[in-house]
Amino acid sequence: MWAPVQELAGNVRAGRTTARSLVERSLARIEAVNGRINAFVEVHTSAALARADAVDAQVKAGQDPGPLAGVPVALKDNMCTVEGHTTCGSAMLKGYRSPFDAGVVERLHAAGAVIVGKTNLDEFAMGSSTETSVFGPTKNPWDLSRVPGGSSGGSAAAVAAGCVPVALGSDTGGSIRQPASHCGVVGIKPTYGRVSRWGLVAYASSLDQIGPLAVRVADCALVTRVICGHDGRDSTSAPVEAAGIDRDLEEGVEGLVIGVPAEARGGGNHAGVASALEGTLGALRLAGAEIMDIELPHAGLGIAAYYLIATAEASSNLARFDGVRYGHRASLLDGDGLDALYCRSRAQGFGREVRKRIMLGTHALSSGYYDAYYGRALKVRRLIKGDYDAAFAKGCDAVLMPASPGPAFLLGSKSGGGDPLAMYLEDVFTVGVNLAGLPAITVPAGFAEEGGMELPVGVQLIGPALSENRLLRVAGMVERAMGVAGRMAQPF
Amino acid sequence: MSGSPPSHTPDADSSLTAAQVRKVASLAKLELADGEVERLRGELGAILTHAQRLQALNLDGVEPLTTPLEMTGPMAEDVPSGVLATEALHAMAPATDGAFIKVPKVLGDGGGA
Repeated sequence: MWAPVQELAGNVRAGRTTARSLVERSLARIEAVNGRINAFVEVHTSAALARADAVDAQVKAGQDPGPLAGVPVALKDNMCTVEGHTTCGSAMLKGYRSPFDAGVVERLHAAGAVIVGKTNLDEFAMGSSTETSVFGPTKNPWDLSRVPGGSSGGSAAAVAAGCVPVALGSDTGGSIRQPASHCGVVGIKPTYGRVSRWGLVAYASSLDQIGPLAVRVADCALVTRVICGHDGRDSTSAPVEAAGIDRDLEEGVEGLVIGVPAEARGGGNHAGVASALEGTLGALRLAGAEIMDIELPHAGLGIAAYYLIATAEASSNLARFDGVRYGHRASLLDGDGLDALYCRSRAQGFGREVRKRIMLGTHALSSGYYDAYYGRALKVRRLIKGDYDAAFAKGCDAVLMPASPGPAFLLGSKSGGGDPLAMYLEDVFTVGVNLAGLPAITVPAGFAEEGGMELPVGVQLIGPALSENRLLRVAGMVERAMGVAGRMAQPF
Repeated sequence: MSGSPPSHTPDADSSLTAAQVRKVASLAKLELADGEVERLRGELGAILTHAQRLQALNLDGVEPLTTPLEMTGPMAEDVPSGVLATEALHAMAPATDGAFIKVPKVLGDGGGA
């Protein structure tokens, strides 16, 4: 297992180890396991080694490469990189090369990190299982017959299998937190606006947020600090400093108030999830936190509101893929015009789930249906945010709930098309956070037995906007008390 | 586009007709195979039926929330910033002709947009 990121970078900065040795170790691990888990869609071997050598040269020259000096990082393949390709797991962007690096890539490089490759995802980040990628499904390192969750399943699996100590994902409705739970790693979705989305291929712009997945809370905290901060190229970027975000991890939770909604303890949860949640509550109480019952009366409307809003925004964002300026272009027959170029290129380039979501969003925005669907969903969104605001106003410092109702499910079991809603209901505990723009973190908190296997489950902590510092502090305590974070996947 | 001609209040069974599915596909600029229409009727219908639960609420006086960001970012200076080189843009396009991005005929017999 990888040592803490701070220690890895500290050793490189002090000359006790080299960036090259860390990157070589990461590349060797990817080589050894990726054939089985399909977490990486592309590995940037020579570029990564060249950057590692540059970091080592900086150290030799007496310069400080930064807080992530030499740390190997994997990037979800919906973030633009000049190196290699940026595909979003879609035939639409197969072979696409970005002419620029995303804002988070610039920040990682400036901090001395080394990007070793791009990770698999549900096509255009639309999914909860990493099964819809044109590169095929990613498998869960804990049990290769199961999904890693999604849509940042490649990033979660890459960390769980020990390929990298940290990876970036993106979270529109749970896409960092749910795979973190299914793969037994830590994952944080920062407050909406804290991390620049410049160079993140847009899915639903009022919901998307980039965040790290890592072995430990402290690793996530450090990387969050590095990637947070204002970026004038993203008009939704918040002008807020992130300096102290990882300062209080060891502070404990004495005197903090943790809210628990009744819905979180509902009968729909797997026994392993219920037991991880109760165990966490007990640990928090023992550590001096006060537990408060809260109500989120509109939480049951979250899935409906989310899937109307997210798909409406997607139908608009994905209009740019028209076969003209970039991406897949269909071959045309004699007499076919521009409309045929658009319609056929999009039908061929987008996979089934993406086409379905574009259709749903187009319908929700269409004349005569706008008020009933998109308009009502936006009003319900305000009510959902209001529920959280009310809980925080009552004195609650963080809300505790599962990240997912169950552990990782079997490949194909929810994507077969039998029940189109089954996959969407995976997100029942995560979408409210995106609708309200709040920060939330998943921490491994236990195991669930399923088919004779022990599978990891995480709990989710949700805080008020810009409360990452306190959220990480609570997460750090949960990590220490539950003692399951950092247990690497077997048989890897 | 909000609310123009009569706004529908969807029924409990929110299935779309085949004609509606075809109309939405045309709005979304997606070519549909014949078999896809029936499948999409079922899949979209299931989600829209779930979304029925939004219809029962009294939402009078509730303001829509389009973005959770409750702060205004600083205004950018009104000065030209760097743009991508023409060559970089050309390199991304699926078909080019000299300095131009190539598309099928827009006007005339085969035109369509």
